[in-house]
Amino acid sequence: MTAVTSPGGEAGAAAPAATRLVQRVHWSDRVAHVWLVAIALLLLAFLAAPLAAILMQAFEGKDREFVGLSNFIAYARTPALLSSLWNSVWVSMAVTAITIPVAFVFAYGLTRSCMPWKPLFRGISLIPLLAPSLLSAISLIYWFGNQGIAKGFMQALGIQQIYGAPGIVLAECFAVFPHALMILITALSLADARLYEAAAAMGTSRVRKFFTITLPGAKYGLLSAALVTFTLVMTDFGIPKVIGGNFNVLATDVFKLVIGQQDFAKGSVVALLLLLPAVFTFAVDHYVSRRQTAMLTARAVPYKALPSKGFDRIMLLCCSVIALLMLAMLGMAIFASFASFWPYNLTPSLRHYVLGLVDGEVGEGFINSLKMAGGSALFGTLLVFFGAYLLDKTKGAPLLRGPVKMLAMLPMAVPGLVLGLGYIFFFNAPGNPLHGLYQTTALLTLCTIIHFYTTGHLTAVTALKSLDSEFEAVSASLKVPWFRTFWRVTLPICTPAMVDIARYFFVNAMTTISAVVFLYSPETKVASIAILNLDEAGEIGAAAAMAVMIAAISAVATGVFMLLARWVDRRTQAWRGPR
Amino acid sequence: MRMSDLFRLSAVAGTVLFASLGFAQKTTLTVYTALETDQLKAYEQGFYKAHPDVEIKWVRDSTGVVTAKLLAEKANPVADAVMGVAASSLALLDKQGMLEPYAPAGLGAILPQYKDKKSPPAWFGMDVWGATICFNAVEAAKKNIPKPETWKDLTKPVYKGQIVMPNPASSGTGFFDVTAWLTLFGDDGGKGGGWQFMNGLHENIAQYTHSGSKPCNMAASGEFVLGISFEYRGNSNKAKGAPIDLVFPKEGLGWDLEAFAIHKGTKKLDAAKKLADWASSKDAMALYGKNFAITAVPGMAPPLPNVPADYESRLVKMDFAWAAENRERILAEWTKRYDGKTEKR
Amino acid sequence: MTDPTVAASYLKLSGVHKAFGAFTALKSIDLDIRQGEFVCFLGPSGCGKTTLLRIIAGLETPTAGRVEQGGRDITTAPPAERDYGIVFQSYALFPNLTVADNVAYGLVNRRTPRDDVQRRVTELLKLVGLPGSEKKFPGQLSGGQQQRIALARALATSPGLLLLDEPLSALDALERVRLRQEIRALQQKVGVTTIMVTHDQEEALSVADRIVVMNHGVIEQVGDAISVYREPATPFVADFVGKVNVLPGRIATGELSVGTFRLRNDATARAADGEVKVYLRPEDVLARPTRGGAPSFATDDPNVFDAEIEKIEFLGSFCHVHVRSDAFAPNRLTVYLSLNFLTEQALSVGSMLRLKLLPERLRVF
Repeated sequence: MTAVTSPGGEAGAAAPAATRLVQRVHWSDRVAHVWLVAIALLLLAFLAAPLAAILMQAFEGKDREFVGLSNFIAYARTPALLSSLWNSVWVSMAVTAITIPVAFVFAYGLTRSCMPWKPLFRGISLIPLLAPSLLSAISLIYWFGNQGIAKGFMQALGIQQIYGAPGIVLAECFAVFPHALMILITALSLADARLYEAAAAMGTSRVRKFFTITLPGAKYGLLSAALVTFTLVMTDFGIPKVIGGNFNVLATDVFKLVIGQQDFAKGSVVALLLLLPAVFTFAVDHYVSRRQTAMLTARAVPYKALPSKGFDRIMLLCCSVIALLMLAMLGMAIFASFASFWPYNLTPSLRHYVLGLVDGEVGEGFINSLKMAGGSALFGTLLVFFGAYLLDKTKGAPLLRGPVKMLAMLPMAVPGLVLGLGYIFFFNAPGNPLHGLYQTTALLTLCTIIHFYTTGHLTAVTALKSLDSEFEAVSASLKVPWFRTFWRVTLPICTPAMVDIARYFFVNAMTTISAVVFLYSPETKVASIAILNLDEAGEIGAAAAMAVMIAAISAVATGVFMLLARWVDRRTQAWRGPR
Repeated sequence: MRMSDLFRLSAVAGTVLFASLGFAQKTTLTVYTALETDQLKAYEQGFYKAHPDVEIKWVRDSTGVVTAKLLAEKANPVADAVMGVAASSLALLDKQGMLEPYAPAGLGAILPQYKDKKSPPAWFGMDVWGATICFNAVEAAKKNIPKPETWKDLTKPVYKGQIVMPNPASSGTGFFDVTAWLTLFGDDGGKGGGWQFMNGLHENIAQYTHSGSKPCNMAASGEFVLGISFEYRGNSNKAKGAPIDLVFPKEGLGWDLEAFAIHKGTKKLDAAKKLADWASSKDAMALYGKNFAITAVPGMAPPLPNVPADYESRLVKMDFAWAAENRERILAEWTKRYDGKTEKR
Repeated sequence: MTDPTVAASYLKLSGVHKAFGAFTALKSIDLDIRQGEFVCFLGPSGCGKTTLLRIIAGLETPTAGRVEQGGRDITTAPPAERDYGIVFQSYALFPNLTVADNVAYGLVNRRTPRDDVQRRVTELLKLVGLPGSEKKFPGQLSGGQQQRIALARALATSPGLLLLDEPLSALDALERVRLRQEIRALQQKVGVTTIMVTHDQEEALSVADRIVVMNHGVIEQVGDAISVYREPATPFVADFVGKVNVLPGRIATGELSVGTFRLRNDATARAADGEVKVYLRPEDVLARPTRGGAPSFATDDPNVFDAEIEKIEFLGSFCHVHVRSDAFAPNRLTVYLSLNFLTEQALSVGSMLRLKLLPERLRVF
């Protein structure tokens, strides 16, 4: 569907002298280009420019003079680099290797079996998203720390202590699980039942069907999930910071350099290193998406799982085990929030809640958090989905598409810390016309949207890719402009995915710390930061209590989103109904 | 209601919400601080009593974050004043020319070692936070581990895997511990006794944490027996009921100041000066004394129950300028020795 | 290649050329399509037929050349400024809209009054043989039914040109045969100029007014079904359209021979001597029993010879009979014979036949 002819190449002998023919641009496509430019500008202003503002410092010396690559060379010489790099890579790979199969089994159970309590499992699987990463760290320490209940069990497995790689891997697996799951569920729920009917008619076994239909169909989803997982673990600094002990990874190196030593130059060097996985991810995504064909054409029959006693039971068992592990994580934090003084006085009390809400300024933080989360969910979803649509389904402006796609993939690789500092450098710069946004909730919201842009974008793209690619061509032939088709067809079909994206933004905004820690003002301080302060002050119980409260609020919000999803489903998804 | 109506409605509602989020702040005096929230409240009330016409907007975070933020905002400062941030950090800001020298009303009463050497000084101290070992007596009893008296005790094999200390590369507390040891035992470009001591200590360290509070918090919750931390955190944890004893090693203690400075270029210099005057006053010192055993103006703090009487005399002679100058070299050496290799022990 | 008797063409392609990078998909395509004509683009996959259709639809822009529709130059016009309806292989029905909404999709945008829209939808659904299915969703219909809805949607705005991109390839054999006749009948009723892309020669032969046979980005032949079938212009066309026997032969001093066998050849007057290939359709071989009373071929006819049946492939009313003959061994011939003839003459594997190769049907390339 290229609107502009590709350069002539080997023109055949009979071809007339080639004046490049370029299709005239219809006004409706112009509209798309204008929007695309708007989104590109937005990403430039709120992602590329702040990043450039901080990363430029990688090339600057103490007095901000240009020093070329000397910061890189200096950093490469420190022995810390190799060990941190290696640690980051192997931990990320380990987490990916554990999480993807587990999340796939879970997603498979949710989409392809008839096991009971599916909504319950879906809900439980969201727990890690609902809770700040501090919660899982506190919980892991209470389970496996030196005073932990299950320490003996862990040591029997040959792991000496939870601090370090084991803790990071466990906590990260927990934390990234919903991210991977979200992508995998989308990939698995978009199957064409006719393929399975055909296979069944040929007497294909369940296992063979799995390997010949299911896996190839979910290939793109699996790959994105793996890439997202890898990059998230690579760039996360919250978990390694609280449970990593002296296990150094690149992200904590950034923290040490920037916060500990205020060495922005070297911090930027490491941050640049962290961007590499995103570049890699972009390349892979670019390569793969060209080969991905639509799975859900108008003729496709939505897949509906058929009951199968043995299989359903196995899936139920697998999902239950996974769900129980998640609940154990949350449960311990809840317990910790009520225990008077771990581990010496375990009598239940409400003092942590009182202390957190009354003394810890967390109360008003919740209000700010809710504002920010609501704003992120609404605007983030609209922006991400519309952006993905423009990229994937409209035509023309080829020079714009590559960069915008790249920008959409970039946030995943940017440590929030780096993004937050970049925001300071960029928005607080004298003469920046956007300076008025500095320290406002609006900027916090935008920062959060950008920070979590990629997963939303990937979900939207996965949903969009599953649509027949000829919808737009048919519309054009019927003289219906693309935005009408977007409104009448694409949006309604994709509303479940959009509700998912909105929920994702909401819960992440509730728990995010790393980027916003640099951007809040006294009026806009959010709860997640207040919790970090409690932990710092040694009020672990209060921190746990407030983390549980965030989880609870997010859970309620998730419930609301689920009701919304159900309502939306009933309104817009009637066509998926039984034949 | 049709779907499309819903979207339209939510878009409108969202726009209104979005517009109402920002642009609603009134500016008074913006003060960046690393003080504890409960301390802040007391100080704020004290200041308001003296100056009801100024309102303070606190921006509170850990020392590292506040310092990073101030440096990042250097081009277009937001803060009018900085209160309760480590003197070593303020020295760094001063080196960047970011502080407005001012001699506050109470400056004369402040001991010379607790304020900037220049005149007028770029910053002055409020109180001292010194190194302290939080020693969990309950866990120690279980493991039959004796209470240490000196830094050197910590290198004994009995403490292997029981000690937590802050990483000097990410924590100011950790850094003054290291500089104190180098001052006490010798630096000598990496060959001195301070490094020998740290070599031995490293053998017993279970973990280098990213914050100065964390080691004491971990000792308080029994995760590890000993946490090298600072006095205030030790006291506050003990007050909460943690079974810890505070140990002030005899050889000498690293320390830093909670200090005050006016940010250069503030448009509210008068109000900032009012705050500086109050922060250096005896009233303020009395408030600091409730939390800290040593205040910049001597004799303002009532003795604290867990702090020895000769606490102040145990503080090592700190040369902030020397520390700032040698920071990069020390951290590079430290990182090379103890942080770069995270082999399993 | 175009029929010179036609005064005006509705769609005119001249010198259309398309390259994707270094790959040339279409080479200087010239084609005229008359108003109301049903034209099939026929060819193997990768021959450029779909690219040509997409160029006509404005979904691709040619590298060079000119496309005119109804006298208007539309070479660089965006799809929305062209006048056509299109049906894709995937149908691309909007799954969340009812059949009625799908059909009315292009009408609603034109601010047609609601009643008129409804009337038009009813009319179109009747036209495609699915009256009363307004409220259903596409997912509730069979493939063939969905295809009809897609047709109705494409026709709703009464476009001047109907483009069909392999519309039947996803259907089962029976449905395919039924629907192609329906499409043809519908096209004749509505009178819309139609281009259908297909790789199925039977489909093309059965519905098209004219067939455009394409290969490797060039048009091999344009003509009606009979001329394409009977008088293939190139070996490719002969090979691709219908079944054909290919025999290696020689021309020496103007005489055509295959093996040791001399042939009379009326169709191709090829003077040049040398190696040739002789093309002959299986039905262009007449058969008689070698014995018995039935009137036999003139014995002096050079194209008559005796052959032995090697294999009989039963295909219902007629059979593919594979025969061999010493005359041009080792080549084999395939001949279509009716089942009745085989049973009447009690022919089976090993029986002898007297065959005549129709001299006017031999094609020599």
